[in-house]
Amino acid sequence: MEQHTEPFRRRLRQWLPDHMPREDGPPRTGSARDPARHRELQRRLFDGGFAGLTYPAAYGGQGLTAEFQEVFNQEAAGYELPTLCNVTLGILGPTIVDFGTEEQKLRHIPAILRGDEMWVQLLSEPAGGSDLAGCITRAVRDGDVWVLNGSKIWSTNAHISDFALCLARSNWSLPKHRGLTMFIVALHQPGLDIEPITQANGDAEFCQEFITDLAIGAADTLGAENAGWEVVSRLLYHERNLAGAASPYTYGLVAEGTPVAPTAPELAEVARAAGTAHNNRVRALVAEAHALDAIQEQLVERIGTGIALGTLQATSGSLLRLFEITKVLFCSNASVDIARSEVVVWPEGTAGSLGGQFLMRQSAALAGGSIEMQRNIIAERVLGLPREHAPDVGVPFDSVPHNAPSTRR
Amino acid sequence: MRFDASDEQRQLGVTTRRFLESTVPVSGLRLLGEKNPAGFDRDWWRRAADLGWASLLVPETLGGSGAPGAGLASLADLAIVAEEYGRGVAPGPLLPASVAAWTLAQAEQSENVGAALDAIGAGEAVWAWVRGEGGDPWPQSPPSVRAVPAGNALSLTGTAGAVESGADADRLLVAVCLGDDVAHLAVPAELAGLERRRVSSLDLVRRHADLHFDGAVVPRTAVVIGVDRGRALLERQGHIANVVQCAEMVGAASRSFAMTLAYATERYSFGRPLASYQELKHRFADMKLWLEASEAAVEAAVAAVAADAPEAAARVSTAKLYVGRAAADVVQDCIQIHGGIGVTWEHDLHLYLRRVTTGRQLMGTPAEHTEHLASLLGL
Ligand SMILES: Cc1cc2nc3c(=O)[nH]c(=O)nc-3n(C[C@H](O)[C@H](O)[C@H](O)COP(=O)(O)OP(=O)(O)OC[C@H]3O[C@@H](n4cnc5c(N)ncnc54)[C@H](O)[C@@H]3O)c2cc1C
Repeated sequence: MEQHTEPFRRRLRQWLPDHMPREDGPPRTGSARDPARHRELQRRLFDGGFAGLTYPAAYGGQGLTAEFQEVFNQEAAGYELPTLCNVTLGILGPTIVDFGTEEQKLRHIPAILRGDEMWVQLLSEPAGGSDLAGCITRAVRDGDVWVLNGSKIWSTNAHISDFALCLARSNWSLPKHRGLTMFIVALHQPGLDIEPITQANGDAEFCQEFITDLAIGAADTLGAENAGWEVVSRLLYHERNLAGAASPYTYGLVAEGTPVAPTAPELAEVARAAGTAHNNRVRALVAEAHALDAIQEQLVERIGTGIALGTLQATSGSLLRLFEITKVLFCSNASVDIARSEVVVWPEGTAGSLGGQFLMRQSAALAGGSIEMQRNIIAERVLGLPREHAPDVGVPFDSVPHNAPSTRR
Repeated sequence: MRFDASDEQRQLGVTTRRFLESTVPVSGLRLLGEKNPAGFDRDWWRRAADLGWASLLVPETLGGSGAPGAGLASLADLAIVAEEYGRGVAPGPLLPASVAAWTLAQAEQSENVGAALDAIGAGEAVWAWVRGEGGDPWPQSPPSVRAVPAGNALSLTGTAGAVESGADADRLLVAVCLGDDVAHLAVPAELAGLERRRVSSLDLVRRHADLHFDGAVVPRTAVVIGVDRGRALLERQGHIANVVQCAEMVGAASRSFAMTLAYATERYSFGRPLASYQELKHRFADMKLWLEASEAAVEAAVAAVAADAPEAAARVSTAKLYVGRAAADVVQDCIQIHGGIGVTWEHDLHLYLRRVTTGRQLMGTPAEHTEHLASLLGL
């Protein structure tokens, strides 16, 4: 294994200009990203030996430490990167590496690193997302196959992806956390209807899935039958890292969906464009946003060190998530303070992004576990405060009140 | 403290905490402040200095307790002591002693400078750092005292506000404007033409004075850092002082937080502990985040200042603007969660609030550091 980052950095500096396109504007995000192009970019990285830097070599990765990914992110700034693969590379892939059988890993990980497979999480349901362990999609075993029925929702980019990890209830007489199983699901097959959902800003990035008698081979569970909660917990750990800007698996800090607020440098642009850059209150807002960026960088290092040394529990990643959420909310509010009428009126034919972002502001505090859930986790699992009373703990799930399954809209 | 702090650093923290708890317990601070106008006892400060605190930024080769070399490798250690200082709302001129000792260690070494360093390190001499508050906003404000050449001497004029231990110090390290430049002088505290007027301080054991120089004459040999390095050094002094202050605020706010967490777990309302209410749990979660982010901000500032990195100024202002607000917000929220008892003289929380507010307001408010950061960013 490579020990030193400097030779790697030199190699990368030589390789990048000949193989990766330069970003010709600000990094494209959200629905402005073309999936085919991102798969192709990922493929180029793979062919150059720069895909899956921190993935095990046995499955097509480079087997390097997180430090190399950091060097990559520094050097690759300004190049167009396959950020659309971030969820696959940062959340789903690592979970498969953690829990997959040898066969599953050999089948999927190299394909993921080549850009051939994009994955999504089918976790949230119309009946609830925060209470993930209360999932009511039904999995019934019938010999060598499982048959799934139910509905999943808010799954980002499901319509343009290939595979999913799908959580379903395989046993209704066990307590809620103990009757769940995680399934590997090919997305485009009979029994699975995927319908994009139009968001408040008019984009359509997430979907609802209607699952009707979907047959899944018994070998396609990730982890054991009824051990789904263990898998989800690990998956959420990877997700918190990604959403907390601390993933060792991904390109830069671009997280899941469309950013819903300008970054600190973008705020300075907004101010210049709005002609408010010399206003002291505006300068202060921009400076504070930069300060939050700088503090976040060190906080990621601090918490990461604490977790690595075992001083902090892995759930402390929620602190990073909470910081990211509050930073985004700060930047969102700052952006509308700094800009003026252009938030609500803009020339025909142009994007009008600030207002659109503001409409989607709260998705930053919902996607990947809401801000309230992060605070619950920190209070109960980091600080050890008393847990909320929950009538559904330790009792068979079929005796617990829950929301009704949704019918097709 | 960093999670990956060395064993020696952890030990330094433990020793500092034990010494403070046993010699100046928080419960005794009200009386100490009442009895002693300086806010600290000289004998006690000598014992504290025996632990090496006053000379952490002075290398061993110059008789200090810091790491070798002219660098600031021991700034991280000083930050650890400062954090404990905040945790215990401790008395004693840690900050002015550290800045003065570091500055003297940068001066051309002579018998006099060596003796002065020894006296600070041993806690024999108390120094005040005269930089000036209350005029132009920090951190760019020029020193508020001006030196004018008068033959072979310098004549000092101007008022430096809010000088820590200004009325009680034996010696003064005075930053002055000299022409268009800045120089640093070491002078006795008793000086014809200098009036030191004690002012009231919010902190019960950290006392300040306004120093009025009205044509006080000092020999040119009082210059310890000349105009060639004066301005650069002034900036670094400000960095060191703000780092110490931020670390101290983190310590004070962390201690308030821990007390409040314990209190909310033990106190009942409507048949259940306060800490079981989600509204309060969420506030604890937010406070925990602010504290961790504050620690992170201090870590980044310590590293940048110690390395004399180009981003040191930005890191320091980032830390001060964030920690200054967060620490005060945490302690205020702790008071809220305590209910009525939180706003009483009897309860210790106001001691912490006094300390973090003092740190917040001096050497640049969060608003001033935000403005400074904006300039550094070219906004
Ligand atoms: C942009 C976006 C992308 C997403 N992508 C995906 C994806 O790819 N895959 C996927 O599976 N899901 C995805 N989600 C779903 C997301 O995880 C859920 O929206 C989220 O977990 C909240 O679930 P919910 O919408 O059902 O709200 P609910 O769980 O019904 O919660 C409603 C409100 O109540 C609060 N609340 C709930 N329980 C508590 C409690 N115990 N204490 C305090 N407050 C509580 C919540 O915080 C929230 O504010 C995405 C969501 C968004 C917005």
